[in-house]
Amino acid sequence: MSNRIAKAFENKKAFIGFLTAGDPTYEASYNNIMALVKAGADLIEIGIPFSDPIAEGPVIQEADVRALKEGMTTDKAFELAARVRSETDIPLVFMTYLNPVFKYGYERFFGKCAEIGVDGLICPDMPFEEKAEADVIAKKHGVSIISMIAPTSEARIKAIAESAEGFLYIVSSLGVTGVRSEIKTDLAGIMESVKKYARVPAAIGFGISTPEQAERMAQLADGVIVGSGIVRLVEKHGENAADEIYKYVKSLSDAAHK
Amino acid sequence: MKGTSKNRFEKEKWFLEVTSERRIKMSNGRYGDFGGQYIPETLMNEIHKLEEAYERFSKDPEFIAELDKLNREYAGRPSLLYYADKMTKDLGGAKIYFKREDLNHTGSHKINNVLGQCLLAKKMGKTRIIAETGAGQHGVAAATAAALMGLECEIFMGKEDTVRQALNVYRMELLGAKVNPVTTGTMTLKDAVNEAMRDWTTRVDDTLYVLGSVMGPHPFPMIVRDFQSVISKEAREQILELEGKLPTAVMACVGGGSNAMGMFYNFINDKDVRLIGCEAAGRGVDTGETAATIATGTLGIFHGMKSLFCQNEYGQIAPVYSISAGLDYPGIGPEHAHLHEIGRAEYVPVTDDEAVAAFEYIARTEGIICAIESAHAVAHLMKIAPKMNKDDVIICCLSGRGDKDVAAIARYRGIDLHE
Repeated sequence: MSNRIAKAFENKKAFIGFLTAGDPTYEASYNNIMALVKAGADLIEIGIPFSDPIAEGPVIQEADVRALKEGMTTDKAFELAARVRSETDIPLVFMTYLNPVFKYGYERFFGKCAEIGVDGLICPDMPFEEKAEADVIAKKHGVSIISMIAPTSEARIKAIAESAEGFLYIVSSLGVTGVRSEIKTDLAGIMESVKKYARVPAAIGFGISTPEQAERMAQLADGVIVGSGIVRLVEKHGENAADEIYKYVKSLSDAAHK
Repeated sequence: MKGTSKNRFEKEKWFLEVTSERRIKMSNGRYGDFGGQYIPETLMNEIHKLEEAYERFSKDPEFIAELDKLNREYAGRPSLLYYADKMTKDLGGAKIYFKREDLNHTGSHKINNVLGQCLLAKKMGKTRIIAETGAGQHGVAAATAAALMGLECEIFMGKEDTVRQALNVYRMELLGAKVNPVTTGTMTLKDAVNEAMRDWTTRVDDTLYVLGSVMGPHPFPMIVRDFQSVISKEAREQILELEGKLPTAVMACVGGGSNAMGMFYNFINDKDVRLIGCEAAGRGVDTGETAATIATGTLGIFHGMKSLFCQNEYGQIAPVYSISAGLDYPGIGPEHAHLHEIGRAEYVPVTDDEAVAAFEYIARTEGIICAIESAHAVAHLMKIAPKMNKDDVIICCLSGRGDKDVAAIARYRGIDLHE
């Protein structure tokens, strides 16, 4: 298990930011990731774009389209992660769908993660029951497969939380990723059962975009994840989004760290 | 001598037989290495509930009787097994039979599955169904069953396909369904599946995703296969009665593979019966403009299943192409992938040109305008029948009727015809 991930949650609430590799260009996504780091993010999720991201809302879908159009590949995402790693010790996890990982080869993928210093992988289409074949190889390389818990998980929480590595990704709402004005799920109830079984910290994501939401979620959990809210700035400002991202993420991470 | 009540029982028993003897050993939704449940956590509990409900109702005599009644009195089953005398003589080889799924209510085999799944949705207490559609056949069938059973219905259809199949869009709307044109990705069938899955994650409580093919996460490949297996159940009995022997080969077109799985299923244990699936090669398997998954795909994990997919070296799902919107899908059902791997079934690519020629040939020769999807199977039939003997018998599944394709075929032939 990765020390870097554990450290991100030590003595504070963690702010986790997401960006898609190669969106809108390789260089811009590098600058944007570094802006996240400077703005006080404690962990970075780097999305490897996929042609058919079934758990994403329109904002991240569009980011995937932009990145793939620019020629982003799994190999280039590794290059990008290596470049970030050479600058900072911040924990890095990849977020993508299972097919790009499977097709790359589990051994090759997780071996490369370990070599570069990518600490974990989030795959929204790899539920608990299907985790084993990748997990065994990830573990060998010391890479954490991050499990997700959804509002519908109910009795599944125990098994998922007990075997969780790195951190737990608590999905705040039904549906796909994207900005939401209101989060109605009984997250306090979910967090209560998560805490009963999990050995690792838990962060809430999906739908969080304002400092107020970030602060409230950070009170409920060990960390807060923001994706679409950040990616929206890339959509708006194109290759020159780094400053805007810095300002926005600073406000979010300050709120989460309160 | 069989009495009426015995006949009735025999008729209703088919479904129980299908669901109780699984002919291919399956563990945790797997066919060999293929299948599985690769879906977001949000859907996992719901898919387990579906598994349980299906397990229960597929053995429930009341459910079976209701489904049987719908099949007979609403869908018009059993469908005919038609001996194509003129084609047999013209091609000069094997005796040719067509399993006439095109004569079902709504004009395709899709009704077999939607009646079963919508009935299941009702029993599960669902009030809304969603479905993806390519050519519109499954969408029309789903909208039909939803109208009949009083379920709210939303259809997801690639924008490209709503243009290719405008008439079917209006049909679905007539039936009270809401059609959502999907503008993401390639705007075709795979994108419609993506969008239907996304919608399902937002409304799992009141909604059942009525998947149209033998694909997606378990239990869908099994459920759809079971409901479609009525095709081969009937065909096997019909051919034994008509010919007194089993066929040499049965064949069907394959996109996701539901009519093919239905046509194959009850023949899988008849080792001497060849099972032939006809894939859409588009402009040809070497052109890059193809949807022939077995011919050009590789192992992957997508849309909830491990199976074969058209994809690039990085696992990005490839845009596929076929003249037929119903076969325009970059994957294939896991049971087909398994039948292919163990060598039990053969899969062959058929190009647009060949399918269009077959579409025209069967119209002129037998007076049947079949779906362009089904014409892919007819095209391959035209290649193999002449090479067989007069003792050989082929059953080809005509999965749907071709009214929806007439304008597109006219345009393919350079005639400026619009619906």
